[in-house]
Amino acid sequence: MTLVRHTLYMTLRHLRELWRQPWFVAVTLVQPVIWLLLFGALFKRVIEIPGFHGRSYIAFLAPGVVVMTAMFSSAWSGMALIEDINRGVTARFLVSPVRREALIAGRILKEAVVVVIQSLIIVALALIVGASFPGGVAGVAALFVISALLGATFGALSNGFGLIMRQEEALIGAVQFIVLPLTFLSATFLAANLIPTWMQHVADFNPVNWAVVAGRSAVSANADWGLIAARAGFLVALLGLSVAFATRAFQSYQRSV
Amino acid sequence: MEHAIEADGLVKSYPKGVTALDGLSFAVAPGSVFALLGPNGAGKSTAVKILTTLAKPDSGAARVADIDVIANPDRVRRTIGVVAQGSSVDIQATGRENLRLQGQIYGMRRHALEQRAQDLLERFGLADAADRVARGYSGGMQRRLDIAMALVHDPAVLFLDEPTTGLDPEVRADMWAEIARLATDQGKSVLLTTHYLEEADQLAEWVAIVDRGKVVAQGTPDGLKRELRGDAIHVDLEREYNGTVTRALSDLEAIRDVAVDGRTLRARADDGGRAVPLVLQALESHGVDVSSVRVARPSLDDVYLKYTGRTFDAADHEWDGRRRLTAAP
Repeated sequence: MTLVRHTLYMTLRHLRELWRQPWFVAVTLVQPVIWLLLFGALFKRVIEIPGFHGRSYIAFLAPGVVVMTAMFSSAWSGMALIEDINRGVTARFLVSPVRREALIAGRILKEAVVVVIQSLIIVALALIVGASFPGGVAGVAALFVISALLGATFGALSNGFGLIMRQEEALIGAVQFIVLPLTFLSATFLAANLIPTWMQHVADFNPVNWAVVAGRSAVSANADWGLIAARAGFLVALLGLSVAFATRAFQSYQRSV
Repeated sequence: MEHAIEADGLVKSYPKGVTALDGLSFAVAPGSVFALLGPNGAGKSTAVKILTTLAKPDSGAARVADIDVIANPDRVRRTIGVVAQGSSVDIQATGRENLRLQGQIYGMRRHALEQRAQDLLERFGLADAADRVARGYSGGMQRRLDIAMALVHDPAVLFLDEPTTGLDPEVRADMWAEIARLATDQGKSVLLTTHYLEEADQLAEWVAIVDRGKVVAQGTPDGLKRELRGDAIHVDLEREYNGTVTRALSDLEAIRDVAVDGRTLRARADDGGRAVPLVLQALESHGVDVSSVRVARPSLDDVYLKYTGRTFDAADHEWDGRRRLTAAP
């Protein structure tokens, strides 16, 4: 119970922190809108390629943008932890009886909450510009769960690397190094059968692709729930490993204080 | 509770062979302000880290409020309040939110917590700024909020690690008044680390001088100074009197180490206040005219010099030098 309460306090603290930075909120919301509208317009005609089966490109792209945004915003999670460490806030918590797990869990949970809110906005926008999601409410809900899992995973990884690097510049470099290749080595922008075969094999091991494939299937007319469950399972397993990694990194940070 | 805090033979070395603590031992009486005084790098902060459960010693034992720090860190955490070196305020949150979160961690009930937060905000002069984000607070305000946060759960033992370093002199004086009140009005046991000699002198009932990870001397500030055997008496004479002055004072038992240098007379006395009239009387009866008299109590700086063979400033600079060497690539 204490762990749940402490995690909740920390999550609320991080959400409030985010809310206090209106420019940051604006940028994180504008970015997916640009992705959706710009790429939607740029690649409008790719649906004429046979692999797309004539669907609307915005409807095809929207789940990809939801997933990509989940990764992009969560991958920065470790920055705030580094700032907390540098400002002595983390050390203050460590001399209090706060549950140690809550200090990491609160950040991961915050990323999940933010991802769901961003996803809602992106889906609403896609509907406004004329996309339709035949998978219905259940399909969209599944997409949200999957993107929240991915966001939580990247949040945990980012915190873990942040704890190891302890330097904002280093973490920025690492995030930028990882995020774009993961996006383009996936079916985010193009149907899987249109990307080169070797890339498809790489994409099979790419968690971003797991989320895109599962999320896109969930909102489509004939959702493949077996596939969705399998990919969601991979994501849960990866989340578990990422949390374990972040926890270990936090323990080694505690020893070094 | 026999001792509020007890450190017994603490040893801690860091990688690269830096010995931070080399058998540090001391005990803090309940309800008193105790100062660990030493230059930068003496090991004070490492001692605080161990006593507040942040770090583990290589060897030695530590107890806070009779609880073993190494065996029961969680119980210790519920008993202590800590003001770290440098502010630990969450600058994205308001003063009130900072206090609220701190209290929630200790499981305080909502109404009691809101009341407590309001009381502390008022007491530390933060009531007007309570609902402003702490990013805009001055250094002194953030420091006061640090102390308020450390007090939210009404801890019995309070650790203040260099609480006034980097503050303006006026703000420092305010902070001293506040710290003094903590022990006298509220019966808290306070461990203060400082590298300001005046701070230890002003606030602490008991001072332990730390040098290179060990306590080299301890006692009340006055007691430590008394070990230097007395006050310095300094007399300015109207003109040079050559041998007359020494002759005039040769029979006085109240003073010793008499030295005359031109128009200046120096001597030491166990009790300067009592010796001065006798000195003046003796000089007058030999026709020596005096223009001014000063009695100086020995300072903690003199004490530090006696026990370490270095002045305090030199030790501080030595550490800066060492740090520059280790920081070089």
